[in-house]
Amino acid sequence: MNISSEARPAQKLEPFKGVKKVALEEYFTSGHRTCQGCFSAQTMRLLAKAAGPRTVVLGSTGCMYVANTSYYTTPWGVPWTHTQLGSSGSAALGAAAAFKAQMRKGKIADEPINVIAVCGDGGGADMGLGAISATMLHPAYNLLILMYDNESYANTDIQISGTSPYGANTSFSTPGKVKRIMNQRWKKNMAGLIAAGHPTAKYVGTAVSSQPMPVMNQVRKALSAGGPTFLHVLAPCPKGWDYDPILSRELGELAVTTGIFPLYEVVEGKLEYLGKTKQIVEGRYTRKPVREYLLKQGRFSHFIDDDIEFFQSKIDEMWNRWLIPGVMPVLKDLA
Amino acid sequence: MGTVAVQELKQKQAEQEALITGAEAIAVACKLADVDVVTAYPIRPYDTVVQYISQLVADGEMDCEYIAAEGEHSQFEIVKHASMCGARVFCGSSGVGWMYAMECLTVTPALRVPMVAMVGNRALDDPGAFGVEHNDALSVRDLGWNLIWVDSAQECLDTALLAYRIAEDRRMMVPVAISCDGSFLTHSQALVKIPTAEQVKRFLPRYDRGELLLHPDNVISIAPQCNEDWVMEIRRSNYAVTERALDVIGECYADFEQVFGRKIGNPFFEEYMTEDAEVVLVGMGTLSTPARVAIRKMREEGRKVGFVRLRWFRPFPAEALAKCLRRFKAIGVVDRDYSLGSPYLSGVLATEIRTALYPGSGPKPPVLGFICGLGGREVLVPDIEKMTGFVSQAAAGESVPLTQWIGLRE
Repeated sequence: MNISSEARPAQKLEPFKGVKKVALEEYFTSGHRTCQGCFSAQTMRLLAKAAGPRTVVLGSTGCMYVANTSYYTTPWGVPWTHTQLGSSGSAALGAAAAFKAQMRKGKIADEPINVIAVCGDGGGADMGLGAISATMLHPAYNLLILMYDNESYANTDIQISGTSPYGANTSFSTPGKVKRIMNQRWKKNMAGLIAAGHPTAKYVGTAVSSQPMPVMNQVRKALSAGGPTFLHVLAPCPKGWDYDPILSRELGELAVTTGIFPLYEVVEGKLEYLGKTKQIVEGRYTRKPVREYLLKQGRFSHFIDDDIEFFQSKIDEMWNRWLIPGVMPVLKDLA
Repeated sequence: MGTVAVQELKQKQAEQEALITGAEAIAVACKLADVDVVTAYPIRPYDTVVQYISQLVADGEMDCEYIAAEGEHSQFEIVKHASMCGARVFCGSSGVGWMYAMECLTVTPALRVPMVAMVGNRALDDPGAFGVEHNDALSVRDLGWNLIWVDSAQECLDTALLAYRIAEDRRMMVPVAISCDGSFLTHSQALVKIPTAEQVKRFLPRYDRGELLLHPDNVISIAPQCNEDWVMEIRRSNYAVTERALDVIGECYADFEQVFGRKIGNPFFEEYMTEDAEVVLVGMGTLSTPARVAIRKMREEGRKVGFVRLRWFRPFPAEALAKCLRRFKAIGVVDRDYSLGSPYLSGVLATEIRTALYPGSGPKPPVLGFICGLGGREVLVPDIEKMTGFVSQAAAGESVPLTQWIGLRE
């Protein structure tokens, strides 16, 4: 009897070499009911396209369930199931374990199947953190947990989550007559947290959904890694961030160029910065002031200059004082 | 953890007897049922089952994915999704651990997942207590779980095999929780007949999820957001399962008797010395042990008393049980649980039995409720005698309180 602790072979998904080489088939199509300019739905489309048909998607509660996947109008062209809010990690683990056991015992055909659990920032960085953490410890299961991060509980009325930016105006943190900044928390560093705490994770990455090619190719890389993988995708949200939907792409880009959201991947422990972030780290690109990013969004419209300066100082700290810039918030000067 | 059962299984002989605990009997059943995915999380007394399973896995006796989860919520969600992907699964919990998994317990029957779980019944916090109380498993009684209480290690093993057969029946596809009284059953050894793998294979077909399977070959979306448009119809389809559940269970027990050659009789409740009884006590689980001893003693004293042990609490065999109980002059229901603020401040079972007796024109004997044995407190023979005495008074037309706590420190 072969009770192996080794992962079974994963799919080998080569990167799409250029936009003209991207698969034509769509596995996330019409039927969803998300807002105009929703970059979380955009992420789902890219995810499904990159993963292809031999895939199951486990979707935890969040925008991509409530607004996205409705009875009789499902947009999914691959098998999909609802998963409880905090369960993306457990769902992926359970599905991967089921396929592994049944393939080993000859109960189903032996083939690589992509197991992808999707969670929002509420499901991932808040409620589901424990289960994601536990799942990243299991090297024998091939799975991807994709966290689409729109920085609030956006389908329940825009409430702060663990990844909402400092000071953001949400329905749980509206500025008032006495207190201007109701959200005093700094955005949770999810990918850094997963990478630092889980050396068994085969792939940990960040991406921004305004850049379709990197998102798809990072998904393909993660699914090919063989083992537990995690991808944090920043997804601009016109409703929650309060901006004109036409600006979704631009805000995604600004999140990177201002240095608020670093792009990187950690593959089997090796860190590599990506895109503009790489240029920032190598000194080839000067970060734009965060003011340009903040002032385009209604959720920061109550900010005064002091707030913007504070925000800027925290971003500067990420790049100038963190031991691993943008990734590891242990300060260099204390090391 | 070199257990007797593990050694016995290694011999791979024909049906044999082994001296094992209730928890070990469940583990052996999981091996025999070729379970694919098992999850673990520590809480007494449930965790002994997975201690045995982990040993079977380590010794190469059981081929399954064995995952120690980081909490009960994950424990149940892992196996729920594994079952949706076609794997036969097992897990369980006790006391507040079961409650920690409550969100998952609500969605498991709703998603038509035929999970088999073991509840090592344990008192809920606070204050902490390891001992048995039935409130943990009873907390899911409205949600579509099939709930059974067993009282011997043999019944643990048999019921676990039956549970897979019943849960995975295409007319059911809903979970079963097997309740085992903490310590009294989970940790007590008894001689158990262990069937052969061939017998089990004959009794238990492969789990087939059919068109509900989550697999790339079956492109479906499961449980999308419905709201008021469809939720009621979907709830009704789960209700339809409960309409056929009693018949399906009856069929499965009949098959069980045929394949394994052992007589169980009425699957739903077991009667002890009731033929000519005037009054009876009704209860669930290992309460049957002191009850049988006390009843034999009272019989020697010439008192016409009996005991009815309910196995299946969900589905509740209301008609059959009412028909049985209407024969007696008075009934005492022993609850190893509490239901604060309930009608007549009774325990859960007493209220259910009063409800079962209400419809129809047959006799409605008085039903007294007794709350006892909480937090693992032993129910003693004098307690049974005392309760039976109250029931006899009610039978004689005397006025007796509808609910009393028995075995309480004065």
